[in-house]
Amino acid sequence: NLTTTRSSTSAIRCHFYLTLGNMKALILVGGYGTRLRPLTLSRPKPLVEFANKPIVLHQIEALVAAGVTQVVLAVSYHAEQMEQELAQEAQKLGIRITFSLEEEPLGTAGPIKLAQSILASNDEPFFVLNSDVICDFPFTQMVKFHKQHGREGTIVVTKVEEPSKYGVVIYDETGKIDRFVEKPQEFVSNKINAGMYIFNPSVLKRIECRPMSIEKEVFPYMAGDGQLYAQELHGFWMDIGQPKDFLTGMCLFLNSCKLNNSAKLYKGPGVVGNVLVDSSAKIGKNCRIGPNVTIGPDVVIEDGVCIKRCTILRGATIRSHTWLENCIIGWKCIVGQWVRMENVSVLGEDVIVKDELYVNGGMVLPHKSIGASVLEPKIIM
Amino acid sequence: MMLKAVILIGGPQKDIIPWFYTGTRFRPLSLDVPKPLFPVAGLPMVQHHIEACASVPDIREILLLGYFPAQQLQQFVADMIAAYKIRIRYLQEYQALGTAGGIYHFRDQISSGNPDAFFVLNGDVCGDFPLQEILNFHTSLSTPSLITIMGTEATRQQSTMYGCIVEDKETHQILHYVEKPSTFVSNLINCGVYICSPDIFKRVGEIFNSRQDFYSCEDSEGTESIQLEQDILMPIAGTGQAYVYTTDRWWSQIKTAGSAIYANRHYLQLYHKTKNERLAVNGPDKPTIIGDVYIHPTATVDPSALLGPNVSVGKNAVIGAGVRIRESIILGNTTIQEHSCVLYTVVGWNSTVGAWTRLEGTPCDPNPNKPFAKMDNVPLFNAEGKLNPSITILGCNVTVPSEVIVLNSIVLPYKDLPRSYKNEIIL
Repeated sequence: NLTTTRSSTSAIRCHFYLTLGNMKALILVGGYGTRLRPLTLSRPKPLVEFANKPIVLHQIEALVAAGVTQVVLAVSYHAEQMEQELAQEAQKLGIRITFSLEEEPLGTAGPIKLAQSILASNDEPFFVLNSDVICDFPFTQMVKFHKQHGREGTIVVTKVEEPSKYGVVIYDETGKIDRFVEKPQEFVSNKINAGMYIFNPSVLKRIECRPMSIEKEVFPYMAGDGQLYAQELHGFWMDIGQPKDFLTGMCLFLNSCKLNNSAKLYKGPGVVGNVLVDSSAKIGKNCRIGPNVTIGPDVVIEDGVCIKRCTILRGATIRSHTWLENCIIGWKCIVGQWVRMENVSVLGEDVIVKDELYVNGGMVLPHKSIGASVLEPKIIM
Repeated sequence: MMLKAVILIGGPQKDIIPWFYTGTRFRPLSLDVPKPLFPVAGLPMVQHHIEACASVPDIREILLLGYFPAQQLQQFVADMIAAYKIRIRYLQEYQALGTAGGIYHFRDQISSGNPDAFFVLNGDVCGDFPLQEILNFHTSLSTPSLITIMGTEATRQQSTMYGCIVEDKETHQILHYVEKPSTFVSNLINCGVYICSPDIFKRVGEIFNSRQDFYSCEDSEGTESIQLEQDILMPIAGTGQAYVYTTDRWWSQIKTAGSAIYANRHYLQLYHKTKNERLAVNGPDKPTIIGDVYIHPTATVDPSALLGPNVSVGKNAVIGAGVRIRESIILGNTTIQEHSCVLYTVVGWNSTVGAWTRLEGTPCDPNPNKPFAKMDNVPLFNAEGKLNPSITILGCNVTVPSEVIVLNSIVLPYKDLPRSYKNEIIL
């Protein structure tokens, strides 16, 4: 029962510990996030804002809501910037965030062993998730299902349209996983590993502190022992580790906001469909914004601008009469007047695009000034 | 002194000279209107020639020679007479007679009234013609000239694409003339503007008669076709009766639709000299103008539009809010909707371009780093069969939807585009 409290966060926190236990989570961040360059040249991937919030924060907030009180980020490089920014968030949420640094790459399973002292500090199961995953995080349901079947591990699976591009998971009606099939040539299943797991600490006996693949060296053995179960994810799912998928994930996320009747979605003149706009952003007259646009803090959109299926990051300026579709505009960029950008163009931080240019699939590195059109997709250094 | 001017305006088929392809290179714009009537800097191309002639005080009559059907030129000729208050007639050749054949065929008309001399201007060229200066030069020569050619300097490499003139530097007589040589001869080229003495008809007659004998047993096609360059100039060169007047004022050919953009820019610039009132100016409730811009008085342009440099907007055109146009020609009755961007494009009559749409071409200007460089006549396709980047052209009555891009493409008339296009000819 909830004790009557003054709305003190520490009191509520104590209550969480008592009812849901002291859960831990490991987020596999990995390396430099090269697939999301040029954005990750300026900021570590977990801190790149997705729908106006750092990717990792979407995950951490959902974990906290499910009873997690300590999050470990498994990184393979020194992430002082991340440590500083996340320290503040940790305080706000009332949890502990620590970093587990791999001196050498440990694969997808090794980092779990490395963080053993935290993850196995009590008997509660712990979460492991891939840092690139976005969805309606089912963490509370995962705990429930996991405790119900009482076995060692639960993997969340999601349905995809083209399973042969991935590894598929074969399981029975109780969820017990029979086997995994990598890139099946013929249809066996359309469910793939969604990159979110919950394990009992006993799993650590199966992992060594060396480069180890969880898919190849851990899961098959767990499945063979009947200790691995699959839980189907409902709702959207996306790996947003590269720009094209980042934008698709943004559309799915915004659609989910709409379905949940979120008040977060922006309503205003010239807005079409699902649009997210930070309250500090300014939008001019005669614009058409949307569908599927997120606009970050301090962004300035001048008059007569048309934006569709784009992410505009903090501090960027889009000058008048410009048309953008399917783009990511990085922090503090300035896009000139009468510019046309399309086809998954990505501008790194502080890029200037001069007036009247056409950018078709251009990937532009930070602090660059573009003075000539990019007619065919290419990388601008 | 009484003078006349003859302007050769050609006709709808390609010239007899097989490598010229004049009419067809100007497609799709020439599909709707005779090429000489295509507006450049707000005026039909050949009106610039007429205006240059009308500014020479002693010119009493201007004759347009060509093989377009007469009724296509009727209204234009009437308009020109009213505008310049000078006798103007269109003489229709019954078939393509070649650049000299038409002059010979109509020699009686040209000679009537006994003009002291007559100008011949090729309708395919454009420029700042120094007609009065050529006249002064021609009439002050110590020995009489049958024909004085206006010449200009070209680069060594480009000269072989034109008629090449070898000049005696002291007397300015033409020592040698050859049309499009395969090896370098001279970088002084023929501009297609001449002044002739009426005595030249005798010479042309001799040549015509000798060719009649030669061709008497062949088909009639080609018998009356006489080329000014090959059949007249080449033999006269070296006889002391042909002279060249060299100019360094702007000169170019208009062969392709893309070269219309280049000519548009230069003719707009020329307006500063004597026709400044034709250029648009900035003002309250008016669009922002950069550089040289022509806007027809009946066109409607939103004050938030930004036009120029080097833009011509035709009769009754409508330019919407926040539109950007640069280095382009917008023909009559066309609508460009809000926020669109038009660069290096010719938009044909009665067309509609949607909102937030981008029309863009690539200029084929002469190399600015090479003095005397001329426009390259770039072929339509490159060696791999791909379209060379060029000015974007929309034929008449084309509809372009909103939010698309049309890049380096040519759209034929009456086409409704369903999507974006790049580097294509859209039939």
